[in-house]
Amino acid sequence: MSFQPVILWTDALIWLLVLICGGFAWHIARTPALRASWRKVLARPMGMSSLAVLGVFVLVGLADSLHYRERLDNGQLDVEVKSLLDRALVPFTARNERTYSAPLATHAQSRETVQRPDGSTVRETPRLQFGGAHLADPQQDWLGDVMARTLKGLALGLAASLLFAVLLAVPLKRLWRCGFAAALVRLWRPQEGDIAWKSLLLTVSMLLLTCGAVASLAGGYHVFGTDKVGQDVLYQSLKSIRTGLVIGTLTTLVTLPAAIGLGLLAGYFRGWVDDFIQYVYTTLNSIPWVLLVAAAVLIVQVFIEQNEASFSSVAERADVRLLALCVIIGLTGWTGLARLLRAETLKLRELDYVTAARAFGVSGPRILARHILPNVQHLILITVVMDFSGLVLAEAILSYVGVGVDPVMNSWGNMINAARMELAREPIVWWPLLAAFSFMFALVLAANLFADVVQDAFDPRTAARGGKA
Amino acid sequence: MIRYILRRLLYAIPILIGVNLITFFLFFVVNTPDNMARIHLGVKHVTPEAIEQWKAEHGYDKPLFHNPEQHGIRAVTETLFVDRSIKLFSFDFGKADDGRDIARDIKTRMWPSLAIALPVFVIGIMVNITAALLMIFYRGTRLEYAGVAGLIALMSISSLFYIIAGQYFIAKLWQWLPISGFGGGIDGFKFILLPVLVSVAAGIGSGARWYRTIFIEEIGKDYVRTARAKGLSELRVLFRHVLKNGMIPILTGAVVVLPLLFTGSLVTESFFGIPGLGSYTIDAIRAQDFAIVQSMVFLGSALYILGLLLTDLSYTLVDPRVKLT
Repeated sequence: MSFQPVILWTDALIWLLVLICGGFAWHIARTPALRASWRKVLARPMGMSSLAVLGVFVLVGLADSLHYRERLDNGQLDVEVKSLLDRALVPFTARNERTYSAPLATHAQSRETVQRPDGSTVRETPRLQFGGAHLADPQQDWLGDVMARTLKGLALGLAASLLFAVLLAVPLKRLWRCGFAAALVRLWRPQEGDIAWKSLLLTVSMLLLTCGAVASLAGGYHVFGTDKVGQDVLYQSLKSIRTGLVIGTLTTLVTLPAAIGLGLLAGYFRGWVDDFIQYVYTTLNSIPWVLLVAAAVLIVQVFIEQNEASFSSVAERADVRLLALCVIIGLTGWTGLARLLRAETLKLRELDYVTAARAFGVSGPRILARHILPNVQHLILITVVMDFSGLVLAEAILSYVGVGVDPVMNSWGNMINAARMELAREPIVWWPLLAAFSFMFALVLAANLFADVVQDAFDPRTAARGGKA
Repeated sequence: MIRYILRRLLYAIPILIGVNLITFFLFFVVNTPDNMARIHLGVKHVTPEAIEQWKAEHGYDKPLFHNPEQHGIRAVTETLFVDRSIKLFSFDFGKADDGRDIARDIKTRMWPSLAIALPVFVIGIMVNITAALLMIFYRGTRLEYAGVAGLIALMSISSLFYIIAGQYFIAKLWQWLPISGFGGGIDGFKFILLPVLVSVAAGIGSGARWYRTIFIEEIGKDYVRTARAKGLSELRVLFRHVLKNGMIPILTGAVVVLPLLFTGSLVTESFFGIPGLGSYTIDAIRAQDFAIVQSMVFLGSALYILGLLLTDLSYTLVDPRVKLT
């Protein structure tokens, strides 16, 4: 089977971001001061655990950012754009039901009129096409089957966790210059100066156990049920991860150049430059945020509708709208960081080493790049990490208001939005809502905890008080 | 003082002009009145005549910035920009696309918004301060650690979840309070209770965490050490000294949102069916009624600038060291 790779706009930017992060990591590894701060982050159990959880989300998101179009048997390209993640999740996409079904259910949610072979009709809840279809007698076999699958999944997860520990110990054995067994022990009982390996092991094991159980159950059931059109809710939640990550990260990527550039310029050059930049951000700031985003998104929507023909697929159209949303939120959101950087630069420019550099005749831009920027980077980092979770949460609000991502795109906001109607149904349909909230909560909680640890490690004010605020 | 206020008010004018230019650009240059007419008419009824008629009916039939058919000053004043933007400065909001008077709508709808937002503001601050003080009192213990973790967990939950969960459990399942709606007088109290409760709960996480950092900053200062050294009990130090000084950043930080309480909360109001300005705005966004959205943007910006001014004034009230020049 041949295929043609498709690079969506957000894909390109995501991989660019990965590159930037890689470069940043290289920079950290070469700078002792930065390395020490990051070591502090990783030495905290909370920092390590949240980083591991975030890592899993990022992996799923990255797998969902490699898109392609299949070549069909007749030689033409499939209209549908798929991703590597779709490929891995084929069991979910291929096994749709007709409509709602509860998590792990074997029968549909609501009664339907079914025709019996003898011609008579009855009202009953029909068996699902996929969920529990392998059971001969669902009433009797269901519980045993679910238990067996869960146990099998947990066992697999346990085995994978042990494998992970072994894989971790192999390179560390060399680093610590000790035997394999000693390395395993040291993973569990860290020595002075070690980072929180135990938390990493525990978190990854928990994740692997959960994933094992869920994957094992998903082989025979819809773990989180199905939605209105019978699509697997777990699949939707997994696909939504990318949307959340894109909004949380690309928005910041868009924000940074403006925020850093204008903030530093205003603080360093003062005078009319400062006045003008302050005017711009006070103006932008004074417009109610949701309204500004709403207005801009409405405009983009109109623009997309008018140029419908220039998009070759639905995925491309949705992607452009997602990118537009990131740009819009970014353009309205840079003011906070810019104001912070301006204030800090105002302070820094009066310090002796900057005055000395100026006396030596170092040019303004060079002072900004070499002396000011390195001393405000902790502020930038803290803001970026803190903003991330807020942006993920904002997506849900915006989708609810009707100015979020494209309605065809999988996102937690869209799932929650649809859930409003579902909660009013009788019997109540609660699982899409719960799935969306759980995934969102896991991501945002991990991001918030991580932000907290990063702030402690990098903020000189908290560091001066002995590390823990 | 009066000169300072006057200067600040004058400084607000260029900002509001900037706001208007941005919104006007977004609403009328990028998305021309022809487009708006097309959206409102629907695909079937789009003819050039229908578009012209719609524009004439809704007052969009003038050029954007310059009117070649008029002479002198009228060439500039008989334009959409003056009609739709400059007139906002005299709080003349014009008519919505369905013909209703926006100014009257705003006047009637701001009271329900205020009825929700004001209790949320006051109760929210009190609850958050209490939670923050409790954590300061137990600082260094496991209780505080659990408290901080709890706050982070609380702020990681989407505000939509608080609303949906509150409506489902309190209103639908246990039927303690009506699920949505609004009423005047004493009877209206029961409608207000649930949205206020939910909004306060949704705000505890970030609010209490922020106040906690403020109090922690205060507690490290010299005057606290002095107070302890003269033998005051920890409770007394907290309430008489830390709370009093911590209130300065808390109150001045809260003042900026004070005027914005009138415009209400978009999401809360639309979930609970409160006929306030928030739901008004959301309905306008969904119906793509640009006249209302633009009016609300202008109103919101003006109130925000008022909030900034009040913030600076409040500094002088609570902290005699600050002098305005």
